[in-house]
Amino acid sequence: MSAVADKYQELQDLGVEVFSVSVDSHFVHKMWNDHELSKMVEGGIPFHMLSDQAGNIGRAYGVYVEAQGIELRGRFIIDPDGVIQAMEVLTPPVGRRIAESIRQVQAFQVVRASGGAEATPAGWMPGDPVLKPGPGLVGNVWKEWKPNE
Amino acid sequence: MADTPQGCARVTGAVLGAPSPEEPVAQSADGTIKEEIMTARVGQKAPDFNAPAYYKGSFANVQLSDHFGKWLLLCFYPGDFTFV
Repeated sequence: MSAVADKYQELQDLGVEVFSVSVDSHFVHKMWNDHELSKMVEGGIPFHMLSDQAGNIGRAYGVYVEAQGIELRGRFIIDPDGVIQAMEVLTPPVGRRIAESIRQVQAFQVVRASGGAEATPAGWMPGDPVLKPGPGLVGNVWKEWKPNE
Repeated sequence: MADTPQGCARVTGAVLGAPSPEEPVAQSADGTIKEEIMTARVGQKAPDFNAPAYYKGSFANVQLSDHFGKWLLLCFYPGDFTFV
């Protein structure tokens, strides 16, 4: 979670609020923050660290592992309407890449700002051209976008 | 935010709109228990919940829907003091 905390300001600048969730109590969250994470991130964890000891939230999001009593590394991007736009779930040994979450938020924000008139092609980065789906684009994506550019 | 009084009860997150464990579970005629499972999917409303939280030196209660209107990043992880 320190990797997310490290990019918190960038997320805030994009209008994103962050919540972390695990099956640990909020008391343990405090200990983890005070004794370890605050040594990795200046000022400690800047967002709410939620406790889901019974796994209820994890079950609703499909990330709770009954046999182990843990939650998988599930990451959900929720838009201002409360609709899930993206999800990524990893098994425990591999960590997330927060830069990819930020890129996806930026892409969804572009799409939302266009009222759904625009779409971002594979590998899109902020500043790259977007696609405007419509009859004229059918069969003509090759004119607008190439995978190796 | 003022600290919420903390008892010794085992507080946990709760999904809102889901049947609570105290409520009788719906049972169909053949005796099988019908459980209503909310599953998160892209393009669908995020399941609402509330949960106790640690936040910058204090304890707070978070309800997800209180924060609708902003973009939200919800990150689950296996446990505190794990290595990744």
